[in-house]
Amino acid sequence: MYLTRLSRLLTGALLVAIGTSAHAAFSDLNMPVGVTPISREAYELHMLILIISVVIGIIVFGMMFISILKHRKSLGHEPAQFHHSTKAEITWTVIPCIILIAMAVPATNALISMEDTSEADMTIKVTAYQWKWKYEYLEDGVTFYSNLAPSSRAAIYEDPRAVDHYLLSVDERVVLPVGKKVRMLLTADDVIHAWWVPALGMKKDAIPGFINELWIKIDEDKTGVYRGQCAELCGKDHGFMPIVVEARNEEGYKMWVAKRKAAMAAEKTGASEAEKFVEPVSTEQAAAATQANELVQPSVIAAAQGKNSGGL
Amino acid sequence: MSTATTHEDHHDHHDHGPEPGLLRWVFTTNHKDIGTLYLWFALLMFFVGGALALGIRLELFQPGLQFLDPHLFNQFTTMHALIMIFGAIMPAFVGFANWMIPIMIGAPDMALPRLNNWSFWILPFAFTLLLATFFMPGGAPAGGWTMYPPLVLQGGANVPFLIFAVHMMGISSVLGAINIIVTIVNMRAPGMSLLKMPLFVWTWLITAYLLVAVMPVLAGAVTMLLTDKFFGTSFFNAAGGGDPVMFQHIFWFFGHPEVYILILPAFGIISQIIPTFSRKPLFGYEAMVYATASIAFISFVVWAHHMFTVGMPLSGELFFMYTTMLVAVPTAVKVFNWVSTMWRGAMTFETPMLWAIAFVVLFTIGGFSGLMLAIVPADFQYHDTYFVVAHFHYVLVTGAIFAIIAGAYYWLPKWTGNMYNETLGKWHFWLSTISVNVLFFPQHFLGLAGMPRRIPDYAIQFADWNWVSSVGGFIFGFSQLLFLYIVVATIRGGEKATDRVWEAAHGLEWTLSSPPAYHTFATPPRVTDAEAHS
Repeated sequence: MYLTRLSRLLTGALLVAIGTSAHAAFSDLNMPVGVTPISREAYELHMLILIISVVIGIIVFGMMFISILKHRKSLGHEPAQFHHSTKAEITWTVIPCIILIAMAVPATNALISMEDTSEADMTIKVTAYQWKWKYEYLEDGVTFYSNLAPSSRAAIYEDPRAVDHYLLSVDERVVLPVGKKVRMLLTADDVIHAWWVPALGMKKDAIPGFINELWIKIDEDKTGVYRGQCAELCGKDHGFMPIVVEARNEEGYKMWVAKRKAAMAAEKTGASEAEKFVEPVSTEQAAAATQANELVQPSVIAAAQGKNSGGL
Repeated sequence: MSTATTHEDHHDHHDHGPEPGLLRWVFTTNHKDIGTLYLWFALLMFFVGGALALGIRLELFQPGLQFLDPHLFNQFTTMHALIMIFGAIMPAFVGFANWMIPIMIGAPDMALPRLNNWSFWILPFAFTLLLATFFMPGGAPAGGWTMYPPLVLQGGANVPFLIFAVHMMGISSVLGAINIIVTIVNMRAPGMSLLKMPLFVWTWLITAYLLVAVMPVLAGAVTMLLTDKFFGTSFFNAAGGGDPVMFQHIFWFFGHPEVYILILPAFGIISQIIPTFSRKPLFGYEAMVYATASIAFISFVVWAHHMFTVGMPLSGELFFMYTTMLVAVPTAVKVFNWVSTMWRGAMTFETPMLWAIAFVVLFTIGGFSGLMLAIVPADFQYHDTYFVVAHFHYVLVTGAIFAIIAGAYYWLPKWTGNMYNETLGKWHFWLSTISVNVLFFPQHFLGLAGMPRRIPDYAIQFADWNWVSSVGGFIFGFSQLLFLYIVVATIRGGEKATDRVWEAAHGLEWTLSSPPAYHTFATPPRVTDAEAHS
C-alpha cells in the first residue's frame, strides 16, 4: 500500500522535474499496477527494488560527488595514500548480501504463487502464428482468430494518430470473465512468439512443440479492455500482432459465449470470413460453401462479421 | 652475455623499424601495429553499427512507417547488434590488449606474433561476408543477433553467410585470447608477479579465459543451426523431435560470459585511469582481482536469466534468480573500490577522468536495472521490452564504449607522442554524456509503459519518449565524429607529450618514450614497486 503511495509521489516528483505534466504520454513513466494479483505483486517488487536501488545510488553517488567537489587538486587537497581497509571491504560485501536476501524472500514467494496454475476455473488454448493469435476456449467450445484491426493496418503508412488505439486493436477480442482463475495454454505454429498484456502481469513465450501455461484472475471490479502485444521477435510483422482482452462480468461473459457460439454455427454453415484461415478448400467445397452462404439470412452473417468491421 | 644483449638491442632499433609502404600493415607481426589495426577496425565498425542505429532511431522518431519497411528494420537491429558486439567493442578491447599488455608487463611483443597477425586479418573478411548479406536476395539476417530458431532459419541466402562469419569471428577471438593468455603467463618481466600486474592485464587474463571457454560453444550452436537448415537435422526443430529452447540454453551459455567479456576489460581500463587522476593508489587491488574472478565464475551459472519467459520449472527460475542476484556483490565491491580510490585523493579532471567518472555513474545505473531484471516476477514484465534495451545500452554504451573512449584519451598521447586537444575532448565528453542519457534514459519509461523491443512501429502513447530518444540518438551519433577528428588531429600533430604524460601515472608503459620505439623491452625491465600496479 505504502509502496503504491510512494511510487505516486516519486512519479509526481519526476513529472514536476520534467515539467510535462500536461502531456499525457510523457506521464507514462512507470509500470502499470494492473488488475490481477500477479500484476500487483510484480509491481510491488518492482517498486521495492527500484527504491532500494535509488537509495543505494544516492549514497554511493553522493559520496562520489562530495569527493569530486572537495578532494580536488585545484583546492590544494593533498592525496591520502591509504589503499585498503579490510573492515570496510568486509562491511560492503556483507551489506549487499543482506539486502539481496531481503529482496529474494518476497520475490520467491511471489514467484511460487505466479507459477501455480492449479485449480483453474477455465482453460484457454492460445496458438501463435505469423502474425495472428488463435484462441480456443476448451470448456466453452469457442474458437477464433485475432488479427490486427483493419483500421490500424490502414493507418500504418497514413496517419496513425487518427485511429483509436493504433496497433493495439484487433478484429476479435479475447473475452475473459472477471473473478475467475483462467489458465492459458500457450503454443505456436511456426516460430517463437510471446503473449503479454501488461495490465494482467504475466508474459510467456509461445513455442512450437511446447505448451507453456500462465494464469490470470482479473479483479471482480475491474471489467474493461486491456491491451498488449507479441513480445518475442517473430519476423516481419512482429510489431503488428496485438492482443486485446475484454474483461466482462459473469453474465456478460456468458452472453458473449452464447453469441459467439451462434456466430460459429453460422460460420460453419455460412462458411464466410473464417474460410481464409482454414486450409485451402477444394473447388467443390468452395462451390458448396458459396451456395450455402446465399441461403443464410443476412442478419446472421452480420452477427458473425459484426466484430470484423473495424477497430475495437 | 650482457655485451651480446646490448649489441642485439642496438641492432634491433636500427634495422627492424616498420616496413615502408602499405604492406607493412598486411604482414606486420608487431604488437603495436596490430593493436593499431584492431583499434581502427573497431572505430570503423563503430561508425557502421552507429549508422544502422541511426536508421533505427530515424524510423522510431514518430509512429507509422516512414523510412524502413519492417523486414529491413529487423535487418538493421540484427546487424547493429552483431557489428557493435563482435566488430566494435570486442576488437577495440583486443586492440588495447595488443598495445598495452606487452608494455605493461615488460614483454618485447605478444608471445605468438604471427598468430596475432592472423587473428586480426580474419576479421575484415568475416565482416565483409556479414555486411555483404545486405545485398543478397532476402537481405541481411533479420532474426535478431541472438539467432533464435526457428525464426533465424527462415532467412534466405544470408543464413550460411551469417554462420560462417560468426565462425570466423569466433576463431579470431579464440586465437587472440590464447595469445593473450600465453603472453601474460610466460612473458612477464622479472619481478612482475601476478599480484603486481596492472588491473587491466588482470581483467584481460580473466576475459581471455572466458573467451576460450565460450566461443567454441557459440560455434557449436551455429553449426547446429547450419545442419538444421541444410543437412536435415532436427536439433532445434520440434517437428523432428528437437527443441527450440535448447538453442537458447546453448546460446546464452555463451552469451552471458560474453556479456562479461564485453565489460571486464572496461573495468580494467577504468581501474588504471581513476588512480592516476586521483593521485592515489587503487583502493583494494586484491579485492578487485578477486571480484573480477568471481564475476567470471558466476557468469557460467546465470545464463537462463535471459530466458525467464520460456517456461522453465519453478526450481530453475529460483536458481537462476539467486545466482544472478549474486553477481551484484562483486560488482558492487568494484564500484565501492573506485569511489574509495577517489575519496580523499587530489583529483584533476582531464578528459579520460571525465569519461571514467561518467562510466562509474552510468554503468552503475545499468547495474541497478540489471538487478531489477534479476527479480523474476518483475522480469516477467520487463522481459523483451525497452526496459531491457535501456539496461544493456547503459552497460554497453555508457559502460564498455565509454571505457574504450576513456582509454583512448588516456593512452593516445603515449601511442602518438602528441597531446590531444583538451578543449575538444571536453566538448566531446559533455555532448556525448548528455545526449546518451537523453537517448537511453527515456527507454526505461517506454519499457515500463509496455513497449516491446524490436518493433518498427508503436502505439501512440509511446510516441513522445521515442521522439526524445531519437533526438538524443542523433546528437550522440554525430558527436562521435568529433572523436574521429580529435584522434586524427592528435596523430598528425599537437603539443608533444612527455614520457610520463600524466603527473601521477604509474606502470611500465609510462617509462617508455612517447611514442614508444617500434620494439620495446627487448631486454626485460627491472620492475620496481613504484612501477608495479597503480
